Order: sequence, then structure tokens, then C-alpha cells
Amino acid sequence: MDNFQLYSKKVLKHVKDPQNIGEIKNPDGVATVGNPVCGDIMRLYLKIAKRKTQKEKQEEDYIKDVKFQTLGCGAAIATSSMITTMVKGKNFKDAGKITNQAVAEALGGLPLNKMHCSVLAAEALQKAIKNYQQKQKK
Amino acid sequence: MLKKKIYLDYAATSPVTKEVLAAMKHYFSQDYGNPSEPHLWGQKARFAIDKSRQKIADFLGAKPQEIIFTSGATEAINLAHKGLIEAIRDTQNGKPHIITSLIEHKAVLETCQHLEKLNWAEVTYLPVDKDGLIKIEDLKKAIKPETVLISVMYVNNEVGIIEPIREIGQLIKKINQSRITNHQSPIYFHTDVTQALQYLNCNVDYLGVDLLSLSGHKFYVPKGVGLLYFRKKTPLVRQQDGGGQEYRLRAGTENVPYIVGLGKAIELVQQNKVQSVKLIKGLREKLVKGILKNQGVRLMGSSEKNAPHIATFLVEGAEGEAMLLLFSEKGIAVSSGSACTSGLLQPSHVLTAMGVPPEKSHGSLRFSLGKENTSKEIDYVIEIFPEIINKLRKMAPNLDIFNR
Repeated sequence: MDNFQLYSKKVLKHVKDPQNIGEIKNPDGVATVGNPVCGDIMRLYLKIAKRKTQKEKQEEDYIKDVKFQTLGCGAAIATSSMITTMVKGKNFKDAGKITNQAVAEALGGLPLNKMHCSVLAAEALQKAIKNYQQKQKK
Repeated sequence: MLKKKIYLDYAATSPVTKEVLAAMKHYFSQDYGNPSEPHLWGQKARFAIDKSRQKIADFLGAKPQEIIFTSGATEAINLAHKGLIEAIRDTQNGKPHIITSLIEHKAVLETCQHLEKLNWAEVTYLPVDKDGLIKIEDLKKAIKPETVLISVMYVNNEVGIIEPIREIGQLIKKINQSRITNHQSPIYFHTDVTQALQYLNCNVDYLGVDLLSLSGHKFYVPKGVGLLYFRKKTPLVRQQDGGGQEYRLRAGTENVPYIVGLGKAIELVQQNKVQSVKLIKGLREKLVKGILKNQGVRLMGSSEKNAPHIATFLVEGAEGEAMLLLFSEKGIAVSSGSACTSGLLQPSHVLTAMGVPPEKSHGSLRFSLGKENTSKEIDYVIEIFPEIINKLRKMAPNLDIFNR
């Protein structure tokens, strides 16, 4: 097909064996994002827990579990899968630092015309965190 | 599990067969002369080209002088459309008018858009029904006094629907009879037979076409050779300038070995047509029956008016490229019209024209068969298909979001 570029081996590995697929019942944070360009849809579920920080004096929220559901192309599946492996166990500050570029890089790069799929994954993560924070305020 | 790889993407391209390769081999380093040279080397090459041209002319029911070898169907299509319009635009009253369909190959659509941009032609793009068929009534209505070219493909490459080329040819013939008595210029008719050649009647008089394009690599010739048939007296200005090759209509030293290969392949098509139609039709029927046993799967095109080698499905809840990758991982090559598989990230224009919304064409999957496929291979594909779609469907969020 036009301008088709090859997927990295890592992308193909995640398409074949995606990590953390599924749903978390009663999630603490959840977000569904869609890609208007090609119609991919991704939903990300977060389970949040509290833990003591290294200084042992403060408590912080961290992502205890994460799962995804995605309907979309190879890049959409691979970026979804990859971001779940990247955020598990991270606090919000570190999770917030995960950009779409970082997801793409972790996958060994994405074809240029597929970069928007990585935006989807990063967006889903930020929105799911926000969803949790809004619930806390209530 | 089968260890062998299964190729089901013959509508995209095909392997070169032994017989074709054997016929070509001689013209790489033995009889490598330039056909324009009068010496023995050149004459051997010239003789080989002529022989190939004659074989192809016989197959199409044409004269050898009506065949121009090109680099493929895309070039032939460019030459047919641009060459014709350039030749007649000054002789016309008003802007030349072209009628084509919304499901043509990009080579036709982009060429027509180019001519519109140059302001050399006005173009009408005919709609199709849900099966992908154009309606003769729509075509009739679109014809104007300025209409000079009608261009409709024989078999659509994405869904395999067979367009009523012979019917259109007869209609144009009728219109042209009255045009000629009134001293008006005729309507020329182009069709691309790339996907039809191996299975359907491609005789130019049977079809009633003036221009016909095809590409070799869909029927076991290497990529990079094709041809344009142009009926005698069809006005044409060459689009590639240079030497006087190909009746001065396509400059550039002839691609001798590939032209020989094309001739050989057409000879093989002729020999094996009946047998191969029967075999491939049977395999397709089996495949369609097996795949349709799965829920949420629909066959595109029409069961009676479809080419025997293409079966395209819409699968709900699974995306085409993802299916393609999982098939590939299992050693099976298929294709998809999903937006994600196109570099431009647009859903297939063919499926869109057939009224399929983008969220559905997202799940399109094309199987296209060829002479190497076996019944066992189809069994295996039918066996693993549910595995693949279930894996993707389980991965997908609740589909209710589509129904909002």
C-alpha cells in the first residue's frame, strides 16, 4: 500500500502477544479515546493504590494495575500494550512523563504515518489519570 | 499446522512461474541486442518482441499494430486517458467530457483528476450500488455531446465485482453510429482488464472497447511490464517522448525479456483458462462458505457477478490491518482495505462508494486466489480464521460505542 513502512519486530511481538489486555472491574480511572483519523478506539483502565514514598513520610498514589481494550490496527494495539507495561507501578508524576514519543521509541520506532496511534495511547493514559483525580474530588 | 506459507494475495501480485522465467532467460545475456538495431543481435530481439506482440494480439482479437508495451497498467492508463484527451482537445467544441466510476483504480481516478486540474477535461464519476456495480441507466444519463471517453474497469481489484463492459460497449456502439452519421466525433471506450484477464473473455470486439490496459505481474510475469491496446484510428498523443519505439507511441528501448515473458504468460493463460477458472471458482466457493460460518462477517460484491479469484469480507469488531498482521504471523498473506493499511489513512474509496461507512470498512479483509492454491490451504485458513477474529474481538472494547 501507499507509503507503507515496515513495523519493527517489537511492534509485531506486541501485536501477537499483547500485554495487559482486558477490563478491570470497578476501575479507579478509565478513559476511552478514539482516533478520528482512522477510527481506532482504545479504552484504558487503572487500578490505583497508595504507598509510602521512599522517604517513608508521605503517601502517594501509584498505578497498581492497568488493562486496555483496543479496536484498531497493529500500531494501535502495540502502543496500547506497550504503554500498559510502561506505567505499571509508576506514580502519577512519572506516568505523566510518558509521551507518545516515548511509547514509539520503546517499540523501536513506528512508521511515520502510524505515529498518531501512539498519541492515542498517551492520551488515554492522561485521561484515565484525570478521570481518577476527578472522582477523588467528588 | 502447515509449515508451508499460504499466499492469498494474488490480486496484489503473483510469483513468476517457471515457464515464464525460462522463456525470458534467453534475452538477458544471450540475445540482448537492441531491437532498433539492424544487426543480427538487434533482429533477434526484434523478432522476439514481434512474436510476443502477435501472441497477445491473437489473444485479445486485435492486430499487432494495436498493442503498445508499457511498464504496466498504470502507464497504459495514463497514456490512454491523457493521450486521447491531448489528441482531441483542439478538435472538440467545448471541453472534452470523461465518464468513469467511483470504484476505478487510483491510476484512472488520479489521471482523471489531473486532467480536470489542467482544465483539459470535465469528469463525471458514476456511483455504484451496494455490490459495486454501475448502472447502465446512470451511464446513459451522464452522456453529453462533449463526452469523448468512457472508462470503466472490467473487474474491481478490491471486491472482484464484474462490471457490464460488453453492455456498455454495445451502448456506445449504438450512440457512435448516430454520431458518425451526424459527423460528430465518437465516444472512445477504455477498460482495464488486469484482474479479468485470466478468467473472463477479454476479446476487444466482444467487449466493444477501443482502449484496453493490463499489467503482467498479476498473472505470473515480473513486475514492470504491461500494455495498452488501442483500436486503429483511436487518436493518441504519446506521453513519453524520445525515440520512435512502439509505433512512436511510447519512447524508450523495449524491455525485451519482460515483453517475451508477457507473451509467454498470455499463452499459458489461454491454454489453462477453463481449468484454472474451474479450480479457483471451487476454492473460492469453499472459502466463502467456510468464512461465512463465523458471526458478524459479510461477503462483499455479488455472488453471481464476481470474479472467481477475489473474496472480500467485512468483519465486525476486528480491524483489517490487525487481522492481516495476525494472518501474516501464521504464514498467510491477505490484504485489507482498512484505512490503517493505506499510507494516506483513508478508508478504501471502493468500499466507501459501495456505501460502507468507515467504521465498517475498517474491518475489510480480502482473500485473492491463484493457481498455486490448494483445497488444503483453504481448509487451514477456514480453521484458523475464528482464532484470529476472536483474539481481536476479545481485545476490543465493548462495541456499543459504535451504536451511540
